[in-house]
Amino acid sequence: MPNKTEYGGNHKLIGKDYSTMDLHAKVTGQAKYAEDYRAEGMLFAKLLLSPMPHGRVRRIDTSAALAMPGVKGILTVDDLPAPADSLTDNGTVIHANKLGERGLTNEPLYQGEPILAVAAVDELTAAEAIEKIELDMEPLPFVIDPLETLRPGGPNPRVEGNIWYRPPAPPPKPGEAPKGGEGREGREGRGRGAPAPLEVKDWKWTEADFKDFNDGKLPIGKIPEDPGNSWSYGDVDAAFKNAALTLDESFTTPDTSHHCLETRTAMAYWQNGKVYVHTGTQSTIQTVPAIARWLNLKPEQVVLVSEYTGGGFGSKITGAISLIIPALLSKKCNAPVMMRVSREEETFIGRARPSILGRMKVGFSKEGKIIALDMFMLCNTGPYDAAGDAPSSGRIVSLLYQPENMRFRALTVMTNTPPRSAQSSPGGLQGIVVMEPILAKAARQLKVDQVEIRKVNAPEGKAKFGPEQRGRRAYATSAFLKDALDKGAEQFNWKERAASSPKRMGTKVRGVGVSSSCYVGGSTGFDGLLLIKPDGRVCFQSGIGNLGTESVIDVHRVAAEILGVPWEKCDVCWGTNDKHLPWTCVSGGSQTTHAMTRAAHAVATEAVQRLKEVAAKSMGGSPENYEVANERVFRKGGGGGMTLAQAAEKAIKLGGIYDGHDANPDVNRFTKAAAAALAGQGFIASARDKYPHDGQTHSYVATFAEVEVDLETGKYYLTDFLAYADVGTVLHPKALGGQVLGRSTLGIGHAIGQKWVMDPNYGAMLSRRFHHSKPPTILDVPAKMEWAALDIPDPETPVGSRGIGEPPVGGGCAAILNAIANAVGDEVFRRAPVYADGILLALENGHPMDHALTAHV
Amino acid sequence: MEVMFDMPDESNIKEVLKGVSRRKFIQGVIAGGAGVSAATYLFRASTATSAASAGERLITINVNGRDRRVDVMKQETLAMTLRYKLGLTGTKIGCDRAECGACTVLIDGVPRYSCSTLTHTVRNAKVLTIEGLAKEDGTLHPVQQGIIEEQGFQCAFCMSGFVMASVGFLQTNPNPTRAELAHGISGNLCRCQDYDKILTALLRGAEIMRGEATHA
Repeated sequence: MPNKTEYGGNHKLIGKDYSTMDLHAKVTGQAKYAEDYRAEGMLFAKLLLSPMPHGRVRRIDTSAALAMPGVKGILTVDDLPAPADSLTDNGTVIHANKLGERGLTNEPLYQGEPILAVAAVDELTAAEAIEKIELDMEPLPFVIDPLETLRPGGPNPRVEGNIWYRPPAPPPKPGEAPKGGEGREGREGRGRGAPAPLEVKDWKWTEADFKDFNDGKLPIGKIPEDPGNSWSYGDVDAAFKNAALTLDESFTTPDTSHHCLETRTAMAYWQNGKVYVHTGTQSTIQTVPAIARWLNLKPEQVVLVSEYTGGGFGSKITGAISLIIPALLSKKCNAPVMMRVSREEETFIGRARPSILGRMKVGFSKEGKIIALDMFMLCNTGPYDAAGDAPSSGRIVSLLYQPENMRFRALTVMTNTPPRSAQSSPGGLQGIVVMEPILAKAARQLKVDQVEIRKVNAPEGKAKFGPEQRGRRAYATSAFLKDALDKGAEQFNWKERAASSPKRMGTKVRGVGVSSSCYVGGSTGFDGLLLIKPDGRVCFQSGIGNLGTESVIDVHRVAAEILGVPWEKCDVCWGTNDKHLPWTCVSGGSQTTHAMTRAAHAVATEAVQRLKEVAAKSMGGSPENYEVANERVFRKGGGGGMTLAQAAEKAIKLGGIYDGHDANPDVNRFTKAAAAALAGQGFIASARDKYPHDGQTHSYVATFAEVEVDLETGKYYLTDFLAYADVGTVLHPKALGGQVLGRSTLGIGHAIGQKWVMDPNYGAMLSRRFHHSKPPTILDVPAKMEWAALDIPDPETPVGSRGIGEPPVGGGCAAILNAIANAVGDEVFRRAPVYADGILLALENGHPMDHALTAHV
Repeated sequence: MEVMFDMPDESNIKEVLKGVSRRKFIQGVIAGGAGVSAATYLFRASTATSAASAGERLITINVNGRDRRVDVMKQETLAMTLRYKLGLTGTKIGCDRAECGACTVLIDGVPRYSCSTLTHTVRNAKVLTIEGLAKEDGTLHPVQQGIIEEQGFQCAFCMSGFVMASVGFLQTNPNPTRAELAHGISGNLCRCQDYDKILTALLRGAEIMRGEATHA
């Protein structure tokens, strides 16, 4: 079957390729990222990083450093605002975590944690000043391996313990008003008592829990009571009794630094009581309240500039807390401060995906249906906030493989390793990568085709997943994964290739693999804001971060199409809240295409209605007598009309709701403020996405891969790759293809090479740079990779489009692992990535030799 | 300015390559007399402190067709000179240690990592950066045009390095296969991992360069 390349059907803009307006600045080198800005009198900051994985600062002597010419100031944790509770824009109280990350510290919890920062006239001077600082530290016990800290008597990463623990919420006292959330999404305002603050607790397992450790089986001990980390449905134990095949396997996924090519460099200065911050972020508008919270300011006092961001992948959701260092140094020194973050510093403070040790006991029917699943996930989150990967992995596995009966347990443990955060498909990758090799093995043992076993277990339609909550289970908006598996198998010529695999050719053997994959694909409830100027041009205000996925621009083509305005007459305004941007989702979690096409649809629909009203007020009749098309608003069936340019002029005269002096009452206060700031410039419409939405939006990918393994060297190459996506309506094919294959390759990195290596004796990071941590290069992937999309609209969203950032990631990794196992057998690896030496050793010894349960090797 | 498509002079390439061996680079750094080894790659303002100016000297380098007088330290890298002395911020620093290629520029037509090239070694060479690639009338270089047409790259922090590496490579092999071009630009890293679309876009640029393609 030929690769599907035609999308968009009868649409004018949706589904059609075009070149985004940010590209010209990028190809000519004019696009400015954070480090490309200069400010008069700009100082440079350098960080003093902790040399040890856990310790306490006893004394700092900065006198020699401060005496140096050119040194302007030093910032320590004592200069940071105390953590304060705050109210989110949605009215939810965010309780300050007194034990959370603050940016600088006197008790570093990982090697490389910043202790202080020096500002000087240039970096050399700042670096020399760092060398002159006398630092006296008391080393404290540390641990980098999540199983080591759980052993009886094992070391703790923090003085207080090794896990986050939230005591059960006390019931509200009679007559007491619910605390917190006054807003529409106030999660705490629903009659339950406010949750108790998080505590750090010491959590240990027993010796007996570790009895199978030496056999490579992941120990499973007790876990705290927590509905997100412990749930089940059906009767798992009974179902195992009916299983035709039961497999019980342990598998370990790697820690992988995000390593955005642009580090979290930031430049800041203060002017007229406002802080101006230049940095990369995944959401222009949502970073504003985050900076305000970190600096204890009002959002009105923050100006963020982030027109171009050099990669995020979950590590710059609302910028990074390290940006407060140049901001506060700037205040202290009364001069702009640039903090260039080096590649090694980025390894420490730049975030990473947490590794997960997983153990799954899976019961299959003879057809390969999963009838029972007992899943346990142990997540290593580093010393600060618990990554959500472990709880997320259970929900994704439940949806993607539809086990009839399932028990899920997870524990997230702290260690003295750099902090983790969400990375493309957080938890999804780990869940899929632990499950897929088991599924592949079961298919071989049951003699079921690999594509068939995935179809037998695939979600379809409004597939249910997860546990029962308040009397019902969650379900997907839609799922067409079976179609993607079928079409992908056809395009990949799966049947023929699977029948002849593994194929031995001299010292080489080829294997093929397939994987299912999915992740959350969209959120709802955000705002659109557009302006039609008296010259007839339409400007879409976009609060989305510009990561190059192009959703910052693509989503507005929906509004242009509804308004009937040619794209050449449209501008997109993005990159700084100084340009007055609406409340927008973060460009993370694959939300944007779904959430912001909905918002674009809402604001365009609102604009059409208001334009009809403007016409009716000018030319008589009722709004219903008018329609909007071809850059005009005119009477249906002929008669009078006006251009959008004229309507814009009329809107300015009318004022009120028509020119931004009044905003749509549904929209967020940030959107209201933006509309007010733009007021009077033309016709202005704002709207919030209030469209119905039944179910939880996910996108799906069927992934196919072929590898060639050299049995003499263990080295293997990817020789073919196809990702077939179920992402709803295709919005911008080339951008989508970039995401499908780009995020697949991010997953491939987890299979073929990317990981952390740490020294267990000193708790020191050894893989500090690209050539240690080995993200995929252009030679690690086939010179031609294939992708396609079903282009079936999601029924629960007006445009039909879903997000795509995360869904391919797990499949990219797992399809490679499955292809390797097809080539060289099931008993070769128990962890990813799979290295040549691991393959050779396993083939020589007849079983995996890769120390599956040891962290950071 | 006009972009040069002719082959670089052989002897010049050798001279340039001779200048960048790791050993030479380190020797150069040591000779520069940097007191703080960890600080050798850092930015030093040329006029801010009087102590800093010792060992600096005014040199002339030819960048994007123009002779530029610039005050550089002996251990200063070309990436820092371009970005902080000449305002040419299109050249990016992604790793500062010759791992990622984001800083790639052409030196006498040869792609080189400017983060690992000492500025004083390019005094007699012609440096071309991303800013000098388009014609003065704004006409884009074919490789730039190919990227626009194919929506190449995502975040684009790596883009100027890839573009300069491609322009250099295509001078030696104007009609590469997909795999040959991949090898030619394999010294560049893209963390968005948009490699497939990058190759498509750069090959489109090669087509335009050869004058084969009709514009879409």
